[in-house]
Amino acid sequence: MTMRRLINLKRVEARRIYLTYGIVILAYIICQTMSSTKFLSSSMRGMLVPICAYMVMAVSLNLVVGISGELSLGHAGFMSVGAFSGVATAILLQKVLPFAPARLAIAMIVAAMFAAFAGFLIGIPVLRLKGDYLAIVTLAFGEIIKSILNNFYMGVDSGGIHFSMLTDTTRLLKGGRLIIKGPMGISGIQKISTFPAGFILVMIALMIVFNLVNSRSGRAFMAIRDDRIAAESIGLDITKYKMMAFVTSAALAGAAGALFAMNYSTIVANKFDFNTSILILVFVVLGGQGNMLGGIIAAAVLTILPEKLRQFSDYRMLLYAIILIVMMLATNNAEIKSFLNRLNPFKRREEAE
Amino acid sequence: MAKSKTKYVSIPSTTILPERDASREPVLKCVNLGITLGGIKAVEDFNFTVGRTEIVGLIGPNGAGKTTVFNLLTKVYQPTTGTILLNGRDTHGMNTMQVNRAGIARTFQNIRLFKNLSVVDNVKAAMNNDMRYNMLSAILRLPNYRREEIAAHRRALKLLSIFDMQDMADVRAGSLPYGAQRRLEIVRALATNPSLLLLDEPAAGMNPSETADLMDNIRKVHEMFQIAIILIEHDMSLVMNICEGICVLNFGHVIAKGTPDEIQNNPAVIEAYLGRRKEA
Amino acid sequence: MIFLNFFISGISLGSIYAIIALGYTMVYGIAKMLNFAHGDVIMVGAYVCFYAISRYGLNPFVGVALAMLVCTLLGIIVERLAYKPLRQAPSLAVLITAIGMSYFLQNTALLLWSSNPKVFPSIIGRGSFKLFEGALSVSHVTALTIATCLIIMVVLSLFISKTKLGKAMRACSEDKGAAQLMGINVNATISLTFAIGSGLAAIAGALLCSAYPTLMPTTGSLPGIKAFTAAVFGGIGSIPGAFLGGIMLGVIEIFAKAYISSQLSDAVVFGVLIVVLLVKPSGLLGKQTQEKV
Repeated sequence: MTMRRLINLKRVEARRIYLTYGIVILAYIICQTMSSTKFLSSSMRGMLVPICAYMVMAVSLNLVVGISGELSLGHAGFMSVGAFSGVATAILLQKVLPFAPARLAIAMIVAAMFAAFAGFLIGIPVLRLKGDYLAIVTLAFGEIIKSILNNFYMGVDSGGIHFSMLTDTTRLLKGGRLIIKGPMGISGIQKISTFPAGFILVMIALMIVFNLVNSRSGRAFMAIRDDRIAAESIGLDITKYKMMAFVTSAALAGAAGALFAMNYSTIVANKFDFNTSILILVFVVLGGQGNMLGGIIAAAVLTILPEKLRQFSDYRMLLYAIILIVMMLATNNAEIKSFLNRLNPFKRREEAE
Repeated sequence: MAKSKTKYVSIPSTTILPERDASREPVLKCVNLGITLGGIKAVEDFNFTVGRTEIVGLIGPNGAGKTTVFNLLTKVYQPTTGTILLNGRDTHGMNTMQVNRAGIARTFQNIRLFKNLSVVDNVKAAMNNDMRYNMLSAILRLPNYRREEIAAHRRALKLLSIFDMQDMADVRAGSLPYGAQRRLEIVRALATNPSLLLLDEPAAGMNPSETADLMDNIRKVHEMFQIAIILIEHDMSLVMNICEGICVLNFGHVIAKGTPDEIQNNPAVIEAYLGRRKEA
Repeated sequence: MIFLNFFISGISLGSIYAIIALGYTMVYGIAKMLNFAHGDVIMVGAYVCFYAISRYGLNPFVGVALAMLVCTLLGIIVERLAYKPLRQAPSLAVLITAIGMSYFLQNTALLLWSSNPKVFPSIIGRGSFKLFEGALSVSHVTALTIATCLIIMVVLSLFISKTKLGKAMRACSEDKGAAQLMGINVNATISLTFAIGSGLAAIAGALLCSAYPTLMPTTGSLPGIKAFTAAVFGGIGSIPGAFLGGIMLGVIEIFAKAYISSQLSDAVVFGVLIVVLLVKPSGLLGKQTQEKV
């Protein structure tokens, strides 16, 4: 039996994976063409990079929520760790490495490493807990990261890099630059994030998650999700695999944070608060837990939607809330679901089969 | 399949083993095992030895503590007293995962499959500890990933074929019929290469013909893998037919041990199941 | 003396958290859901109270009663419309719906009452008791808050343990199916729980804004999250736990502000939560449940 046979056995899954890659590539080509032919409005063009970042966030959170079955309410925390460490790296490299794409790539890698480390530190206590308790602790960590970054100062001068907490006591030498300025965050960022870079990151995130899911680690993640006790009984190391999923997810979120941050000239820690964590969770839940394509589409739609609702100005967030509630009711209530299915001739035929 | 009577021999330390296993170290030896759950001594003074290739039945009325014994052996509960020696090794301080790696695999009374995984992935999940490739190989699909995945897939199908389930390999485990789910649990347990297999009511909810098939399958597994099996079962025809030794529990205590014939005629066992005969 | 002053304001803040946490914990106990919209019910209660007192010149206590009435109805309506249809749905779907409801309430408030902060009139005036010849001063609001919390705690405990409805609530939280078979109206009991929780939220809103008089559509969010943390801290589902967790959280927060750093006080609060959960994974007074194998 060859690998081809092995993939054939997983035909349905494989088809979904290739469909996901295909749609992302197609969407990229379309957007890129539209963008270069000035077909896209400038506000839409400005949203391309954030959309990519949110897509990566959705894919990475899906690894924790959908694949590993743990609710995390602090994912934006990893994004902010990545944003701050990534931007700081890019600024430090500005003189040494004038080639922006390389600087961006290195910044994203460093960001991923910092976020992974944060994920590891947080994972040690978090992963010992279960269910709603785990959720509240991730929420707590998200808030702690925000508080710390809001009070963190980092500067660089000829003497090297200096840090301080709460107040700026870095005492930089003349010609030095205060990079992270507590609640003021980082300003004067060179906007080196580009849409192609975002696209590549989305593809990398998808590749990492898909390939991981279809490996022994992925089987372990899902086995632990489906039945923790049975998973232990077949010798799976629960802590190790939970940690692996958590850290991988954090690393991807970190890279996304760096991409996101370098699309703006200023970044502050408050941008990555509880509401952002929830927003990303909404992408995952609306797209379907474990469904990467769904999460990606939800991320794109829900990032564009508030913009498109702008004509309703004051009502837009209200509409957003109503859409959210109605969507959840429509996709989860048995009666409404069967009513919708009756309206849909394709679904009906599928069920008959 | 005709059943040949197992000859038992006594060995020192107050225990008996099948003749064929007598000269070898027992796979499992429990000494004074006990646990207190919520103030109640759920299992007490459990002394039990299982030969390397023995099939033993663990029977007793509901609530006698049979599943608790399984939970103690697999460290779902930590024993409050006593020692468990697995292949001569004390399992003190081990957790469920380590006990499995040391050689105990089990099934559950209430089926615990990985419902959203396919049948073959349920089995492959259990082979995780045989695989060596790391995360990077998986993400980059390096040659060792492909090699090991193919080998695991082959072996999983082979194991499934013992129970005639190779054609269901791609079905979602949660959507299997009940009997097949029970069989899959056994395959999954076998995939971890155990030296001792614990089956918790494998025939529960099965009709007589399914039970007969199951019996053949358990014999087949026993012959192929030459492992020890302990099974908890209420279906006495299955227990008496398949088990070489039987241990009877009641209220957390062992009330009888012996061959099926001995157990069938043991007054204490009859009393435990049927109650004391009224003095005429 | 300064220490004691901080301690008392900590207990006062904690009392508000405790009252809010009761709503979280009761709803969690019975519906097994994290009602993220609970914090926003506080805000609605505070607005109703504000308008009743400031615009219509009603007696503050009538205002609070009116707020309780509105919030109770709001709680029941929210449960019926948004949560009841999802009784069988996965918990994550319910969570997202609750978050949607939270956005909904916030943005409705934004449309109705605008984002301009309102200055909340204290429901009991700004006076204070002077103790120890003026060395210790306890404001009337603080005293009222602590007293209210104690009264609520006692009444609620008696209600839960002694009355028929209270027993029905406990039965539903143990096992809805069995409760139904015993003739308990599960839907009505869940509605009642939401009603009580939301009514308490209105009181909490009035007390919160009397102590910290800035009222905005987002006023409820952070206290909501803190109170939720308090409920988990004490062991979610446990009523004495919510009380204990709320008080401790308030005290820790005020001490952290006073002695560590006001900017890092939230981090300290959440840090303590994490430590507590590590030592007691189901909160201070939560029940440890073991899955049956």
